[in-house]
Amino acid sequence: MSALITVKDLALAYHGREVLRDVSLQLAPGEIVTIVGPNGSGKSSLLRALIGALPPVKGTIHRKPGLRVGYVPQKLVIDATLPLTVARFLGLPRRITRARVRAALTEAGVGEIADHQMASLSGGQMQRVMLARALLAKPDLLILDEATQGLDQPGAASFYRQIEAVRQRQGCAVLMVSHDLHVVMAASDRVLCFNGHICCEGTPDIVASAPEYRALFGTGTQGALALYRHEHSHSHGPECNHDTADGSLH
Amino acid sequence: MNLDDFLVRAALAGLGVATAAAPLGCFVVWRRMAYFGDATSHAALLGVALALASDLPIFAGVLAVALAMALLLTAMSGRRVGSDALLGVMAHGALALGLVAVSFLPQVRVDLMSYLVGDILAVSRADLGLVWAGAAAVLALVVWRWSALLATTLSPDMARASGVDPKREQLVLTLALAITVAAAIKVVGALLIAALLIIPAAAARPLARTPEIMALMAIGVGAFAALGGVWLSLLLDTPTGPTIVSLAAGVFALTQTVQALRG
Repeated sequence: MSALITVKDLALAYHGREVLRDVSLQLAPGEIVTIVGPNGSGKSSLLRALIGALPPVKGTIHRKPGLRVGYVPQKLVIDATLPLTVARFLGLPRRITRARVRAALTEAGVGEIADHQMASLSGGQMQRVMLARALLAKPDLLILDEATQGLDQPGAASFYRQIEAVRQRQGCAVLMVSHDLHVVMAASDRVLCFNGHICCEGTPDIVASAPEYRALFGTGTQGALALYRHEHSHSHGPECNHDTADGSLH
Repeated sequence: MNLDDFLVRAALAGLGVATAAAPLGCFVVWRRMAYFGDATSHAALLGVALALASDLPIFAGVLAVALAMALLLTAMSGRRVGSDALLGVMAHGALALGLVAVSFLPQVRVDLMSYLVGDILAVSRADLGLVWAGAAAVLALVVWRWSALLATTLSPDMARASGVDPKREQLVLTLALAITVAAAIKVVGALLIAALLIIPAAAARPLARTPEIMALMAIGVGAFAALGGVWLSLLLDTPTGPTIVSLAAGVFALTQTVQALRG
């Protein structure tokens, strides 16, 4: 099967400052890829480049012709002066029928909130509504930027299970970014660690039965979270020691 | 309806500007562009000076300068200068520069006040035609781009992923704002154009649950203020532009109070 997106030797800059270099990667249909990295490591810039909001300084991004992308932004800043119901939000920028609104919300696990104001939603409900909106495009690729920010651990675990269920039902690939360096979605097929470039790449450790895992996550997360073990062959110097910050995991 | 009656012309001009400014004003409020609107409308005075010095129609001079100002502000936003301070500098700088510029034109010094706060009772048939053409253009732009503008307002990246170009939508807003300023200078003057954008939208906020209802309510508030303001200013012998804006501010106070009482 041909790749959904092929990135070659990509370099990105933000406000004239280089944030990412030498990135090459491919996304296959249906796979779940998690990108982790500290703040300012270029993860969000990569997502913005993939949706076409940030032009590359160098390198190429090839999207499969006709690729449909669903995008869930990091957060939505809705000014208090803007009245907006969940149903109206789902119909942006293209209006949809009431039945599709209901179906999309049910799919995302929040069936009963179509007439609520966006401003009144909890963090978890907001993430699911944004997910519902992204899924309306019937995406081949779902892109999520720090989707679990502001959620507690059971909340994040529950959201990850939702994403996994969506992938199973719709077969879309998932690319998500997380600022949590060590705890990732267990269903990830691959984990990429960014820090201005791709630092390391691997698979999450599924250690749900280990006592350390239970100490970290308790029992409420039902295996949706996993640890990622960084295998760095190089050093970034003293100002950039994220890979040794938590020695117990290495 | 008798267009020979200056009152009818005044009422129609006020109605036209209010109707176009209200939905556009909703975006100004939602996107926190109040100062942006201020700077653009203050630049109108500079446009008046330019038009009179070069024998251009006032409408064309104001449109050109307002558009240049709005484009400049758009290009400067996103740079590192504190946006709030930057807009403040531009808003007051443009006004001061405009006042200095018109001081070189003796014929303007006489009726400077009418360019600052408008002279709706002196609207001619030709003026009325321009006001309505401008208002229709603004309304058409905003209605045509409504959903794309709304998506861009919520999140430019999210809009981009859905196939909307946020830069283009920003340009649509900029253009609509410049046309509004050009159409409104005769009606409420350079000082109060921004008020006609912001106050009806803000007054409509507590009455609405969706963006569309808020825009319609804002049109209602604007139209009420325009017609009521013309009538009140005759009754009380007050300047018409400021009376229109005062009435709109009164409606704002009312809807805010009702909202506060409802909890």
